[in-house]
Order: sequence, then C-alpha cells, then structure tokens
Amino acid sequence: MGVPIKVTVNGRQYEAEVDPRMLLVHFLRDVLDLTGTHVGCDTSSCGACTVILNGKAVKSCTLLAVQADGAEILTVEGLEQNGKLHPIQEGFREEHGLQCGFCTPGMIMTAYDLLQRNPNPSEAEIRHALEGNFCRCTGYQNIVKAIQYAAAKMSS
Amino acid sequence: MTTYVGKPVRRVEDHRFITGRGRYVDDIKLPGMVYAYIVRSPYAHAKILSIDTSQASTAPGVIAVLTGKDLEADGIGGLPCGWQVNFRDGTQMKEPRHPVIAVDKVRHVGEPVAVIIAETREQAKDAAELLTIEYEELPAVVDPQKAVEDGAPLVHDDAPRNLAFDWEIGDKAKTEAAFQEADRIVELELENQRLVPNAIEPRAAIGDYNPGTDHTTLYTTSQNPHLIRLLLCAFVMGLPEHKVRVVSPDVGGGFGSKIFHYNEEVIVTWAARKLKRPVKWTAERSESFLSDRHGRDHRTKVQLALKNDGTFLGLKVRTYANLGAYLSTFAPAIPTYLYGTLLQGVYTTPAIYCEVYGVFTHTVPVDAYRGAGRPEATYLLERIVDLAARELNMDPADIRKKNFIPPFDGIEQPGYQTQVALQYDSGNYEAALNRLLEMANYSEWRRKQQELRSQGRYIGLGLATYIEACGIAPSAVVGALGARAGLYDSATVRVHPTGKVSVYVGVHAHGQGHETTFAQIVADKLGIALEDVEIVHGDTAEIPFGMGTYGSRSLAVGGSAMVRALDKILEKATKIAAHLLEAPESDLEFREGRWYVKGTEKSISFPEVALAAYVPHNYPPDLEPGLEAESFYDPKNFTFPFGAHLAIVEVDPETGEVKLLDYYAVDDFGNIVNPLVVEGQVHGGIVQGVGQALYEEARYDENGQLLTGTFLEYAMPRADEFPMFKVDHTVTPCPHNPLGAKGAGETGTIAATAAVANAVADALQPFGVKHVPMPMTPQRVWTAIQASQQVS
Ligand code: FES
Ligand code: FES
Repeated sequence: MGVPIKVTVNGRQYEAEVDPRMLLVHFLRDVLDLTGTHVGCDTSSCGACTVILNGKAVKSCTLLAVQADGAEILTVEGLEQNGKLHPIQEGFREEHGLQCGFCTPGMIMTAYDLLQRNPNPSEAEIRHALEGNFCRCTGYQNIVKAIQYAAAKMSS
Repeated sequence: MTTYVGKPVRRVEDHRFITGRGRYVDDIKLPGMVYAYIVRSPYAHAKILSIDTSQASTAPGVIAVLTGKDLEADGIGGLPCGWQVNFRDGTQMKEPRHPVIAVDKVRHVGEPVAVIIAETREQAKDAAELLTIEYEELPAVVDPQKAVEDGAPLVHDDAPRNLAFDWEIGDKAKTEAAFQEADRIVELELENQRLVPNAIEPRAAIGDYNPGTDHTTLYTTSQNPHLIRLLLCAFVMGLPEHKVRVVSPDVGGGFGSKIFHYNEEVIVTWAARKLKRPVKWTAERSESFLSDRHGRDHRTKVQLALKNDGTFLGLKVRTYANLGAYLSTFAPAIPTYLYGTLLQGVYTTPAIYCEVYGVFTHTVPVDAYRGAGRPEATYLLERIVDLAARELNMDPADIRKKNFIPPFDGIEQPGYQTQVALQYDSGNYEAALNRLLEMANYSEWRRKQQELRSQGRYIGLGLATYIEACGIAPSAVVGALGARAGLYDSATVRVHPTGKVSVYVGVHAHGQGHETTFAQIVADKLGIALEDVEIVHGDTAEIPFGMGTYGSRSLAVGGSAMVRALDKILEKATKIAAHLLEAPESDLEFREGRWYVKGTEKSISFPEVALAAYVPHNYPPDLEPGLEAESFYDPKNFTFPFGAHLAIVEVDPETGEVKLLDYYAVDDFGNIVNPLVVEGQVHGGIVQGVGQALYEEARYDENGQLLTGTFLEYAMPRADEFPMFKVDHTVTPCPHNPLGAKGAGETGTIAATAAVANAVADALQPFGVKHVPMPMTPQRVWTAIQASQQVS
C-alpha cells in the first residue's frame, strides 16, 4: 500500500506514493532518479548516502521515505547553481579529493554541513566531521584539503 | 617540452562525479528490469539435502526461483581458474569444480544456494524467507595450517590434505649451506591476516538479453570487462563471444576485488536470457563481506641468516596460504609468483629458498587484494630485517644500506638478476632511502625518541624499503609460469576529421584517472589541447581486446600500447603533411601540433592533416584514407618501482593504543605523468596499508562464521586516525617501455603495513616486545607488553 508523501528536493516539489518500508535513499535513487546519492553499506556506517535534510546532514539510508514527508532535501545534484560549481565541489576537483568518486557525494554533503556550522574548521575538526564517511581510495588527505580549499573560498 | 605530461593537471572525469552524474552499475535502469536476490549458505560446510521452492515461487512479485540444479540443467559450467600452479613433484594443481550456485554441498558461509527473481528488490528478499532449505551441517576448517593436518575435514574430496598445490622457488641446497656458515639466524613466525577489500561501491551486475538479435549484455562492476567476457563465453556459458558485450561503466574502486569472474555475473546473464528480461543484482554490504574475494591470509615462518656485521647470507621462508573454498580467478598466482619472487627485496641476499602450501579451507575464496603477494613478501622481509638490526644493535637504516643492491639503470648497467627468477629493470634503492631520511629528519626523530623515553613516552620509528613487480606482464613469461591468459594491453587511436581524438583503451579506470593521464600523453604527443582528447574505456563493444587494470599495469602496459598507436598515427600523418607541404618527409619537423618545412615558416596543422585524411582530394597516391591506428603492447619485462617509507607512531603502554604521529614516503615510479594523481594513489595506499597494520581483520570462528562481517565489526580506517603524509619521489626511469613509467598503484599498501609494524615494535623495544601480531589493536599491543614483562 503506497503512502503519499510530499518533499522538496533541490528546490523542486515532488509528490509520490511510496511503500512504507522504502528507505529515503531508495526513494531518491529509484523514484526520483537522483542517483548521485549512493549506497555503500547496510549498517549506516559509510556515509555514501549523506544528504542535507531540513538543513542538516543525514544518512539517507537510516530514514524511511515517509519520514521525509514535508521535508526539504538537498542532494549533490542540487549544489551547482546556474552552471557554476559550489566551492566544495570546486575544492574536490582542485585538490584531487576523489578517485573513484563513489564516496564523493556523501563527502561533499558532509562537508556542506560542516562548513555551515563551522565556516573555518581546523584540520582536526574536518577529520572529525568525516568520521562517519568512508573513502577507500584517497586516504582522506586530499578530501581534507578540498574542504580547506572550500572554507577559504567561501569566507573570502 | 611538454605542455601536460609531468604536470598536476586537474582530472577531467571529476566533473561528473562531483555533480552526482557518475554512472555506476547500480545507477542503470533498463525497461522491464527485475531484481535478483541471492540466498546464501549460512553454513561453512554442509550437505544440501533439499530445497523447497514451492512457497517462494508463488510469493507476490516473484518471477522465478532458480537453483544450482536448474543452472546445471542448462549446461552452465563452473567458474574457471586463470592460473595453474602445479605441485613440486609435477602433479597437477587440484582444481575442484567451482559451482556458480552450490548443488549438493556448500563450502563457505555466503556461497550462493538459490536465486530469487522478482519485480522488486524487496519482493525478492521477502520471498527468500519462504524458501525452505534443508542442510546437514558438517565439520569445517578455517585455518590453513590446521587444514593440512591428518584428519582435518576435507573441503574437496579430491584434494587430499586440502592442498591445491605446493610450490617452491630458489635454491634450497645453497640456502642451507648459507645457514651453516652464518654467525646468527634470526627467525619469526607471523601471520599476514585476512582482509576484506571493501571498495565503497558494492559489486553489482545487470544481465540484458535481446532475443531479436540474440545479443547479450552484461553490465558489471569489473576491472577487466574483456576478461569477464572471455571467461563467460568460452568457459562458463558457451555463448558466442561476438554476440556478448560486457560493460564496466564507472566503477567505485576495485583494489583487486573486481578483477575476478564472479558467480553473480553468470547468474544475472543466465537469468536474463532465460526470462528475457533485464535482471539486476546489487550486493548489500553484508553480502560483499561474504562474497567478494578476500585478500592475504598467510601463516609464515621466516628465517634470515647473517653475519655479525649485518651482511645477509640467506633467507628461508615457509608459508601456508589460505586460498578459501575454491580457486578464484588468479588465486594460485598471488602467494607464488607475486610473492616468492619478491623475496629478494632490495637486498643482495645471495641465497633464498621459499616454499608455499596453497590450502583450501571453508572460507570465502582469497585472491588479489591491492599489492597482492607483494605486501606479504615485504611485510615478512622488513620485519625480519628490523629484528636482525635489533639483535645486532644496528640502526634499521644502516642494516638496510649495508645490504642494498647497488644502483643500476638497466641501460649502462644491466638489470639485476635475483635469486628468485625475476630480473629487476632499474633501481637506486639507497638514493630513495637517503632522500627519505633527509626529508623526515630521521636523526632528529631518533634523538626525540630518546628524550621522550626518559619522560615515559614511547614513540617508534618504522622503516620499510621495498620493491614491487608491476606492469604485469610479459605474456610468454607468465605463460611459462602457469598463466592461462596473455597480459599485453591495447589501444586504438581514432583521429576524427576535425582533429579531435578518441582513444579506446583496453585498461580500465575505477579511480585511477586514466581519462586525464592518458589524455595528457595524447595531447602532448599530437600537440593538441587536452580537451580535444577523450579516453574511452570499459565497454567491449567499443574498445579493443584488453586485459584491464590491476597490478599497476595501466600506464606501463596500456599506456605503452597507446604510445605505439600514436607513433603510427604520426607516421601516417607525416606522409600526408609532406604531400600537402610538397616537401620530402625528411625535410619536415613536427612540433606543437604543426609540421614545418625545416628552416621555413611553411607549415600545416594537425587538424588540417586530419581533415585531408578523411577528405582525400589532394592526397598521397599510395596511402589509404583515414587516420586511425591500433596497437597491442606486450611488455618486455615487469617494471620494478621501489621506495622507502617511514612511519612514526606513539604507543601508550597503559592502554596499548597506537597513534600514527607522522608518515613519510619516498617512492620511485619511474617517469610520472601526473604528480597529483600519483600522490593520491600513494595516500590511498598508505591508509590501506596502515588499515591492515592497525585495524582491519576478517576473522572467522572455528565453525567458519565470519565474525567481522559488517562495518560495525570490521574496522575500516577513518579520516581522524591519520596525520598529513609527506610524500616525495626519486625518478629512475623504466628502461624497457616507451614511457619510462613503472606504475604507482600499490606501493602505499606494500610499504605502509611493514613500516607501521616496525614502528610499533621499535616503540616497544624498552619493554622487550619483539613482535605484535596484526592488526595491532590496543588489546594485542597491551597483551604483548604484559607477556614480555612476565618473561623478563
Ligand atoms: S549507505 Fe548510508 S551509511 Fe552506508
Ligand atoms: S574516492 Fe573512491 S571511495 Fe572515495
């Protein structure tokens, strides 16, 4: 039995009927075709599924789609504005903060959340914020640098 | 003069990934697509008595419930092994059938037993609950040393003592003699623990069949689509290869685990053909833990014979290598030809002998994981070298320098012939170590260590100097060693009429950045802009037959093929240019994308020549139109990157906690195309290597249950556990390939594990601790301290 929900994703309103068991991440990926948000685990450990929900970073594999009813969601696809990359996206490119790219959307959204709360984080604060996001490729170093790049750019 | 090569060019592939427009297998949706859920064995060893599919088959949304019997009835074969390593006495390797879906017996937890296909993922999963499978549980064995004992449960009836092969390399008599002459012998028993590769993208596969054309397409998270197609068509399913297409689109990391031909690739292909609907399977992470091929898992005894002045005389190694329940695609090669052959390391040790037992156990099959054999070799060598230094009261840097192979460039001085079959291409090992010691200010760290010890703080310095064999591999050589495949690679360069260029490569990128680094080479070579080049990989319908990416081979082998193809392009283009410029070829000079008549300003551009090739109105009479060239490159030798790493740790003896304070790496990859990309490879490798040293372990209980089967139990390295690494390079070009490149993909993993292990042992020297088993968790470190305190 579908349950009707209304959500705003990347500024656009959607109405849909969803299976009450459907996870938010599957709603985004399978129903809305926003496949930038990834699934890397089944224990809410890896952070590949991170999105911004009502202003805060959440792991979209830990929420049901019905729990997002009425919410405003930002995914990686919504960051670029008028063809211009968000400074965090730019930071990831400039500092080579990604290799296979699979963890990247989650990393970017976690960084978005961090910089919103703390526009000028220290290296330790950045590393701490990334605790719930796994990357198997980059060794994290250039992800840290990418976020430092974005912080500098956003505060200038 | 280069515009791009050698520069930290920002990656062109990044744009799609940072905007959420990557296209991974699980992102693909095909019309009418249905979903497969794989029911897996909960037992490590059991007979399958019966499978009752009746209830599951009628569950909502279910389209089919398929078992191993159905698969066999359709004539589908077992998964083949791509490398044959025979017993020492010449007996053939034991190669038991590796079923795609188990039929009468299961041999590891996680082995596929049935497949449910339904309209949605959830329906398939729900129906799995309704499947009744009766098992008779049997005793299991998980430890490779126990598995070879008399009376151990047999994994396969036709493999006595659970041996797939036993293997040796080196000169036994010479090594025994060296041990007789030695002043002392240092020895160590160690375990190189089993790891789960854990690429962050779980494996996925989609089978798609068009009955109208009889075309089959498999989308799969693979590092080598052509190899999968070959195995699938020629060995497993008997499909016509020309009607099968394998696509590996964006792949979210591999680290070796996506090389192999997997059960699920066969399952979705078979089911799609049977049901005439696209069938998708995506692993849940807990399935990845139980079905992705694992890595490492060695039990080893190592002995080093040496003189009292620190000169190495001989090395003896005996290893039990756990292969798991079945032989995975390259499994036999990893603990043999990618391991025993690396035991020379960077040292002149004149006598080496190594024996390896390849053992079946009731565990997930083990195969290549980043470094594959070479980290295992480096770990034991670097540990034993450090122990020797400690016994002789020498600094670890000094004992290494005393035994280094002297510099050789492979041109003026010949390559270095090792005691274990390989011939190194070029090397300057002391230069890398010296650069490292200088960059890290090693002597200052030593001083600080003393100072802190007096304050009750224990820091440790751990060196690892390593070599690895990359650029895999000369086909005839590996063929003689048991490989059932060639290991050349290929590229096709297609110049379009406007002078834009597409290059189709046989290697595959899943994080390595080929779309940028290969384009840098093309752009420089043809004198065109980077944005005028596109590198295409991953789709067998587009690319020439290639062997894919692993063993740090892409640039050294695939890149070399591309350079050869580019040479052919330039050769033909020069003929066209000469005709258009009305000058003999010998009078032309090509620079920055234009042919000049020497000593004049008369010239023609690359795009103009390209256009002439496709609109051949004014054209050399004997030349074919068009501008496209292909090359297959079979390397002359392996390449041998090397380097020196230093880890600095602090150990808290109260809690056993290890903190990585600092990390320095100096690597020599030969010539470097993109330092940004190379450094990224080094960083990632270091973290994986440290992960093995400190955190990661696939641990089984005695019944063959994986105790660390989710991210909650299996500790992945996290961002806040690491300092900023300092990395640098020396450059000793590879003498035998056109790029002078050696490969950079695995060195971090190879060196870092040993460096950290040595650092921890060094920190614990005041406590008399010689060795801490990996992963060096607080508990293990604490226990080691307590144990040695009790002894002393
Ligand atoms: S998929 Fe959500 S945390 Fe891993
Ligand atoms: S870039 Fe591959 S997992 Fe992070």
